[in-house]
Amino acid sequence: MFAFLLRRIVQAALVMLVVASIAFLMFRFLGDPISNLLPEDATVEERADLREKIGLNDPFVVQYGRFITNAAQGDFGQSYRNNRPVSDLLAERFPATAELVLVAASLALALGIPLGIYTALNPRGWISQGLQVVSLLGISVPTFVTGILLILLFSVTLGWLPSFGRGEVVDLGGWTTGFLTLSGLKALILPSIMLALFQMTLIMRLVRAEMLEVLRADYIKFARARGMPNRMLHFKYALKNTLIPVMTIFGLQLGGLIAFAIITETVFQWPGMGFLFIQAVNFSDVPVMAAYLVLVSFLFVVINTIVDLLYHVVDPRLRVEKSTARGV
Amino acid sequence: MTLLELDNIVVEFPTRRGPLEAVKGLSLELNEGQILGLVGESGAGKSITGAAITGLIEPPGLIRSGQVRLRGQRIDNLAPEKMRRIRGKEIGAIFQDPLTSLNPVYTVGEQLIDTMRVHLGLDHKAARKRAIDWLAEVGIPAPEARLDQYPHQFSGGMRQRVVIALALCAEPKLIIADEPTTALDVSVQAQILALLKRLCRENGTAVILVTHDMGVIAETADRVAVMYAGRLVEIGDVAQVIQDPLHPYTKGLMNSIPQIGNRDARLTQIEGAMPGLRNPAPGCAFAPRCPQAIDTCRTLRPIPVDAGSGQVACHLFGEAQ
Ligand SMILES: Nc1ncnc2c1ncn2[C@@H]1O[C@H](COP(=O)(O)OP(=O)(O)OP(=O)(O)O)[C@@H](O)[C@H]1O
Ligand SMILES: [Mg+2]
Repeated sequence: MFAFLLRRIVQAALVMLVVASIAFLMFRFLGDPISNLLPEDATVEERADLREKIGLNDPFVVQYGRFITNAAQGDFGQSYRNNRPVSDLLAERFPATAELVLVAASLALALGIPLGIYTALNPRGWISQGLQVVSLLGISVPTFVTGILLILLFSVTLGWLPSFGRGEVVDLGGWTTGFLTLSGLKALILPSIMLALFQMTLIMRLVRAEMLEVLRADYIKFARARGMPNRMLHFKYALKNTLIPVMTIFGLQLGGLIAFAIITETVFQWPGMGFLFIQAVNFSDVPVMAAYLVLVSFLFVVINTIVDLLYHVVDPRLRVEKSTARGV
Repeated sequence: MTLLELDNIVVEFPTRRGPLEAVKGLSLELNEGQILGLVGESGAGKSITGAAITGLIEPPGLIRSGQVRLRGQRIDNLAPEKMRRIRGKEIGAIFQDPLTSLNPVYTVGEQLIDTMRVHLGLDHKAARKRAIDWLAEVGIPAPEARLDQYPHQFSGGMRQRVVIALALCAEPKLIIADEPTTALDVSVQAQILALLKRLCRENGTAVILVTHDMGVIAETADRVAVMYAGRLVEIGDVAQVIQDPLHPYTKGLMNSIPQIGNRDARLTQIEGAMPGLRNPAPGCAFAPRCPQAIDTCRTLRPIPVDAGSGQVACHLFGEAQ
């Protein structure tokens, strides 16, 4: 187990190094930072001074080393656009994205798994068939379309829910939360539905397919032949086997949720990291773009590693080291 | 005493090209504690007969007509929940593949304990104690430590022992063992069969042992039933059927009884293949392959008549009488 953990951490570190290198190259190739930092009418001397001061004249390797060292400490320099440390900007925006993704992921799981189980256990019922059709829509309609339709229905026509922003937020020592006010909660509803919809249909279809497969397995047939009640057969013997692969896919999708949040945040003007990133792209604010790239990749890697570890905890077949140590 | 009676069972699968009869009217009786070997070529309907007894024919398949009686009580028309209580408790089943018969994500102990708690109403502690006893009973060393291990930590033969423990732990009166050793190593097959036989003898459990292997039958069974194309062609005591088979098909099977566990000696010695189950020709299904077929065989279906130590369905035999 320890060797496995070590191997995963080394792999994760390598991935992060590659990502950081890509981020570094963005600085080199996406425009000249000097022209972004100084006013249009700056003199040639002023430009040369700044160039020397922020180290752009240093050899490539030195610049690269400096970037990686700083990035590892969470320092991505100043934003070109508003001259504040990029880390501050991201820290400010992080809670908004985190809460959105958390609610969306919970929603996707809380609905996707039961619906998947239901459709697998009643494959011929008209509710199941209806859900299958709807889920096909959920997978094929682009998320921004669903978002706009949601706004049209619930904000414009019915006027029940806000169409943009986070509502009122409460500051809990640097973490701004929308969970504690009514307007904050209301503002969360539409964006999290939009973000969750695709994942939910995906999870539902995945659970359904896995469960149907598992229900055909010999060990379920044998358990049925032993007269185990359906309740135990479905929700104990079959469910655990179903959820192990679903968990892996969901872990991968969780990273996807953070990335997809860019679209949702743009549609709903949600003040999260994704919205910050889109604004940064418009202004060629390279430090923010680089930092976002590194941070999202970091979250991806962390989540994947955790999922992998969980997989080993849940699936006894993968606990090889432990079993041989204990084997008779 | 009669434990199980099959009375003219017909099992049908609706298919796109019309209904398909996998079992075409099969009757047999089994006494308590008796071991019945069920043999026949692939597709003869052996597994489906087993499924009909346990009520586990996969829909849309169904028992079209006939009755299954356990100790005189009909069980083929019970409500699902009633039938579930019979499964495992009265009629157990063992399947072919021990590698896939156990749930990979639960320990063998948990699977045993669940099964006993469902049927015997034991509390967890008592069930656990019994589970250890069962593992010891089926010959698993260090049962206490093994109880908390997962199936993948056992070898194939050991897993089939666990499967036997699982099938027997609620103390059923009948076990349907469908090729329980086919997937196992030749060297392990005999051990597993001997174990099954010993446990069933000790507990007075009757067994329907489905197999392709005549050697296994000779070694294990009291009686033999031979199936061909969904019908019983011969049934009788094992010694008589093996030494003095009556039906030409059985004779073909018995031409060379292979040694126990010899996989190559499958039931393929007879020329030709079993006819499809769809649109059967009139007359005896074996007639096209039968070296002794007469005209009647191709037009009139033979019905089973008492003969030897059991019954046989063959015109030739009827004439010889
Ligand atoms: N679900 C099903 N739908 C349609 N036909 C089926 C189904 N299950 C079995 N059959 C048919 O029933 C017949 C008997 O099958 P069965 O499994 O009982 O054979 P068997 O004697 O056990 O053969 P084997 O020795 O290969 O296990 C086969 O010809 C098969 O085509
Ligand atoms: Mg079979």
